[in-house]
Amino acid sequence: MTPAPAITVAGSASIDGARLFAPLTLTLEAAQWTCLLGGSGVGKSTVLRLIAGLETGAEFSGAITASDDAPVLKRVAYMAQDDLLLPWATVAQNVGLGARLRGEQVDRARLDDLLRRVRLTAHAAKRPAELSGGQRQRVALARTLMEDKPVVLLDEPFSALDARTRADMQELAAELLAGRTVLLVTHDPAEAARLGHSIQVMTAAGLTPVAPPTAQIPRAVDDAATLECQAALLRMLREGVQ
Amino acid sequence: MTRWLPAVAATLFALAIWQAVVSLTDLPRFILPGPVLVAETWWQSRWLIAEHTAVTALEVLIGLACGAVLGVATALQLASSRIARVLVQPMLVFTQALPVFALAPILTLWLGYGLWSKVAMAVLIIYFPITAAFFDGLMRTPVGYLDLARTMQASPRAVLWHIRVPAALPQLASGLRLAAVYAPIGAVIGEWVGASKGLGYLMLLANGRAKTDLMFAAMLTLGVLSVLLHLAMRRATRRMAGER
Repeated sequence: MTPAPAITVAGSASIDGARLFAPLTLTLEAAQWTCLLGGSGVGKSTVLRLIAGLETGAEFSGAITASDDAPVLKRVAYMAQDDLLLPWATVAQNVGLGARLRGEQVDRARLDDLLRRVRLTAHAAKRPAELSGGQRQRVALARTLMEDKPVVLLDEPFSALDARTRADMQELAAELLAGRTVLLVTHDPAEAARLGHSIQVMTAAGLTPVAPPTAQIPRAVDDAATLECQAALLRMLREGVQ
Repeated sequence: MTRWLPAVAATLFALAIWQAVVSLTDLPRFILPGPVLVAETWWQSRWLIAEHTAVTALEVLIGLACGAVLGVATALQLASSRIARVLVQPMLVFTQALPVFALAPILTLWLGYGLWSKVAMAVLIIYFPITAAFFDGLMRTPVGYLDLARTMQASPRAVLWHIRVPAALPQLASGLRLAAVYAPIGAVIGEWVGASKGLGYLMLLANGRAKTDLMFAAMLTLGVLSVLLHLAMRRATRRMAGER
């Protein structure tokens, strides 16, 4: 993996002439987790999809740049709320999907190592339908890591999981994605408070930075400063940020 | 055993109604023969019927194979090229508005009295359901898969083979299952227009000679052939349809 760059999104977006989000500047610091927190429909997923080079349905005017001036597009890995596992392929085949799609040889040693790290070695030959929701999302995480990209874009990947599985997944992701530039889009204040090196609250008015707790990520769920931050974030979301 | 019980019961019920109608109305046997008579005729003419069944079955199987290959190829072409969609799709839909069996006489003229005019008729009838079903599946790939493939820098070709085609196989399976029922109808229409062999020819011949019992025996044989074909296709496409 090449050294993780910082990524800056600067610009505004509109849908059929209607403003989706006002001019904003979002910087994802190199090798850090940036949490973009907001309610539904404020355009936080649009920001992520713009960085990923995906169809957004919105018109974006502005620029997406990397701190090393190299193109961003080929250096991102993407993980969504839906695990997007191919139901006809085995766990191992799903994890190696990227290489297969590019016509490259799948690196078996790396694949086995990743399956071990997400504790799915015993399930390598199973189909996704035989796994639980948490296991499926671990496969998706392994697939994301298999891509070995310096920038990782997470679009609410844990929001469909039950509370306990979600907390486990947050810790696993924080551990495995260390050293990469991560954007986590979420509507969950607790998640942002646990995982953000930097936290941005997004509303129709734009971005508001929030000072994260000082503890290392993943922060403990019962850490006082983290809970306080979570409460402050929730208050901001409810009041729509002044 | 319990799986077959409903089918056996339904068959016996249908035969009972048939026999009841014949007994109550006392129709002459050339108008409506009873099931017992038809069964007798079937047994007496079993070698004749078998010979003609073999011809029709061969037409149907070749027709199915050709129709499947053509349909799959068309759907793949349509799915991978916008130009092909613009040029071919309206035509494809328009041909469905035409009564294709009206083409049967001209197919006989073009391809002769033999096997191939019947194969062509079967292909014409099943081509559209297979193409439409598979094409529809190819165009409905869950958008999340396509997003993921895009971030992985997959070429359109790789996306087609590794994602869109496998995701569309259940739809292709339903198209093939439909085709297995339609194909015998196509072959028989071809035989009606001009043939010297086949169940369609035998039915026409029996009708013309007022051998209604033989006509019924041939028709029921065709029905059994279609059902068997459908069951075989169901089995063959089980994995494709994602059933266990």
